[in-house]
Amino acid sequence: MEFKNFLFYLFAAVTVVAALRVITARNPVHAVLFLVLAFFNMAGLWLLLQAEFLAIALVMVYVGAVMVLFLFVVMMLDISIERMRRGFWNNLPLGALVGLLLVGEMAVVLTGKYFSLEALPAHETPAGYSNTKELARILFTDYAYPFELASIILLVAIIAAVMLTLRRRKGTKGLPVAQQLNIKRSERVRIVNMPSVNQFPAGKEEGGDQA
Amino acid sequence: MLNNFVMPDLYPAAPEIFLLLMSFVVLFADLFLGATQRRLAGRLTLLTLIGCAFITVYTDDGQSTLTFSNMFIDDLLADFLKLTTYVAVATMLVYGRQYLADRQLDKGEFYLLVLYATLGMMVMISAASLLTLYLGLELMSLSLYALVAIDRDSSRATEAAMKYFVLGALASGLLLYGMSMIYGATGNLEIGSIAQALLQDKADKTVLVFGLVFIVAGIAFKLGAVPFHMWIPDVYHGAPTVVTLFIGSAPKLAAYAMALRLLVYGLFSLAKEWQTMLLIMAVLSIGLGNLAAIAQSNLKRMLAYSAISHMGYMLLGLTAGVAGAEVDPFTVVNAYGSALYYTVAYVLMSLGSFGMILLLSRAGYEAEHLDDFKGLNQRSPWFAAIMLVFMLSMAGIPFFIGFFAKFAVLLAAVKAGHTVVAVVAVLFSLIGAFYYLRVVKLMYFDDPVDASPICAPVNMTFLLSLNGVAVAAFGLFPDAIMTMCTAVLLRSL
Repeated sequence: MEFKNFLFYLFAAVTVVAALRVITARNPVHAVLFLVLAFFNMAGLWLLLQAEFLAIALVMVYVGAVMVLFLFVVMMLDISIERMRRGFWNNLPLGALVGLLLVGEMAVVLTGKYFSLEALPAHETPAGYSNTKELARILFTDYAYPFELASIILLVAIIAAVMLTLRRRKGTKGLPVAQQLNIKRSERVRIVNMPSVNQFPAGKEEGGDQA
Repeated sequence: MLNNFVMPDLYPAAPEIFLLLMSFVVLFADLFLGATQRRLAGRLTLLTLIGCAFITVYTDDGQSTLTFSNMFIDDLLADFLKLTTYVAVATMLVYGRQYLADRQLDKGEFYLLVLYATLGMMVMISAASLLTLYLGLELMSLSLYALVAIDRDSSRATEAAMKYFVLGALASGLLLYGMSMIYGATGNLEIGSIAQALLQDKADKTVLVFGLVFIVAGIAFKLGAVPFHMWIPDVYHGAPTVVTLFIGSAPKLAAYAMALRLLVYGLFSLAKEWQTMLLIMAVLSIGLGNLAAIAQSNLKRMLAYSAISHMGYMLLGLTAGVAGAEVDPFTVVNAYGSALYYTVAYVLMSLGSFGMILLLSRAGYEAEHLDDFKGLNQRSPWFAAIMLVFMLSMAGIPFFIGFFAKFAVLLAAVKAGHTVVAVVAVLFSLIGAFYYLRVVKLMYFDDPVDASPICAPVNMTFLLSLNGVAVAAFGLFPDAIMTMCTAVLLRSL
C-alpha cells in the first residue's frame, strides 16, 4: 500500500508539473513534448486504478498517434511565439477566473455530499478480473448499438472532411495527372489518310524564289 | 460469460438498418457511376426514403418495443415522427434538385450527408437511452454542419457553418454535462430507469435540477429558442437555401422528440421545474422572434426569426402538460399533442415557404429578398396564391393549418392556467401578422422588379402546389392531424 501511495504522488506530481510546463514553455515543440509526458503519467494513474485498457489506449492513441500528429503540425506551421504571447497578460484575469471556477466546482462536487467517496463507494473487483475483457464484453453486447452509431459518426466525419477539402480552387494552376495518364491515343493523335501523290513535281521546290 | 446476453431484436430497427445499408449503396454507386450518371445518387436517396417509409409502416405493430439492451424504442410516436421526417426530407430533395444542379452542388456527398442526417434524426426519435440520444444528435448535427458549408466558394456559407459548428459543439457540451449530472444522480442511462428512479425518490434533487438546467439549455439550442437562438438567423441566411430548408424542417421534429423523450419520458417528476424554464423561454422566443422579424428585408432572415417565434409557441404546448397539483392524463396528452401538431404544421409551412424561394431562384441568382416577391401575382397568379396560403397560415389567420395549431397550443396553455402568457402570445402573434402580410402586399399590390417567367421542373411545381393545398386542406379539416397526434401520444406515453 505504501509503495502504491508513493507511485500515485509521483505520477500526480509529474503530471501537474508537465501540464504547467505545457502552457509556460517558450518553444511550442517543447510544449507538445511536455503534453506527451503529462499523458504518459496520466496513463500511470489509470494503471493504479486498475484500468489497464484505458491506460494502454491513452498511450497508444494519444501519445502514439494524436501527439505525433500534433508535433508534425507544430513543426510544419511557422508559429510566432511573440505574437502568441502578446495577449497573455490581458487574457490572464479571465483565464484565471475560469480556472479557479473549475477548481472550485470540482472541489464542491468531490468533497460535497453528492459525489463524495461515501455516496459512491468503490467497487470491489473479484480476483482475476480483467478490465479489458469486461470492456470488450459490454462494448460488443449491451453497447453494440451505440458502438455502431459512433462508427457511423466517424464515417460522416470522413465524408465531410473529403467533401470540404477535396476541391479545385478557381484559378489554380496544376497538372491533372490522373487525366494525363488516362488519356487514350485516339484523343491525342488523329490519323488522317491522305493519298501519297506528289503535288509538286521534282525540282520545282527551289525554283519558287528564283522566279 | 456471454450466457446471460440475448441477441437484440433487429426487427424494430429495420428502417434504420435499411437506411444505413442503402447509404453504402449510394456511396459506392456515386463513386463508380456518379461521373456519368449525375442524377443517380439523388434518385437512389429518394428511393431509400420511400423504402424506409414502407418498412416503417410494415413493421409497425402499435406496441412499444424496446431493443438493443433497452437503448432503442419503437413506439407509435417514433413511427409517426419518422414517417413525417421521410416526407419532409423527400420534399426537400424534390424542391432542391434544380437549385443544386444550377450551382453544381448536386454531388453525391450532398445526398449522403442528407441520408446520415436523416439517420441521426431517426436515432434521436427512437432513443431510449441518454447515450443513443446524444449519439443521434451528434450524427445529425455533424452532417448538418458539413451541409451548411457545402458551397465552398461562398464565404457567407463558410462563416455560417463555422458559427453553427462552434455554437453547436458548445450546446452539445452543455447537454452532455447535464446528462452526466443526471447519470451521477440516478446511476442510469436508460430513460425509463431514470423515470423509475425519480418516482422512487432515490436521487438527490439538487444534482438533478442542476443537470436539468443544462439539458434544457441543450434542447433550447437545438430548437432555437431564446436565449439560445443566436445561430438561427446567421445559419438560415448563410446556408444554401436547400440546406436552410432542410434545417428548418425535419430537425425540428427530431428536436421535439428529444424534448419529449428527455423531459416527459425521463424527467417527468421534475415537470414543475422544467415547465417554468420552458415558459420563460417560450415567451421570450415569441416576443423576440416576432419583433426582430419586422426589421428584416431578407426573406430567409425573416423566416429565421419567424422560426424562433414558432418554436416559442411549440414550447408553450410543452409547458401545458401538468396543471396544478394533480396529473390528469387527458390534459397531458392534449398538451403534448398540441405541441406535436404545432411542430408538424410548422414543418409543412416551412417546407412550402422556403420552397417558394427555391422556385423563384435560378442559376446565379437567389430570390431571397422581399423585393423579389414584388408583383408575383402578375408573374404567376397560382404561385402567388400558394405563397399567400403559406404566409396567412404562418401568421395564424383562420382556416389554415397554422391557425388551428396556434389555437390548440393556446387552448392547452389556458387550460394549464397560463392565461396571461396565452394573451401575450396572441398579442405578439398580431404583431407578427404584420411581416407576413407585408409579403402578401408586395405580391399583390406592387409591380414586379424583374418579370422573367418562372421556370421549374414539373415535379417541383406539382409538389409545391400539393404542399400549399395541404396547408389549406388541413385547415378545413383541422381535427385530422390533431386527432392523429393525440392518438399517437395516448398510445405511446
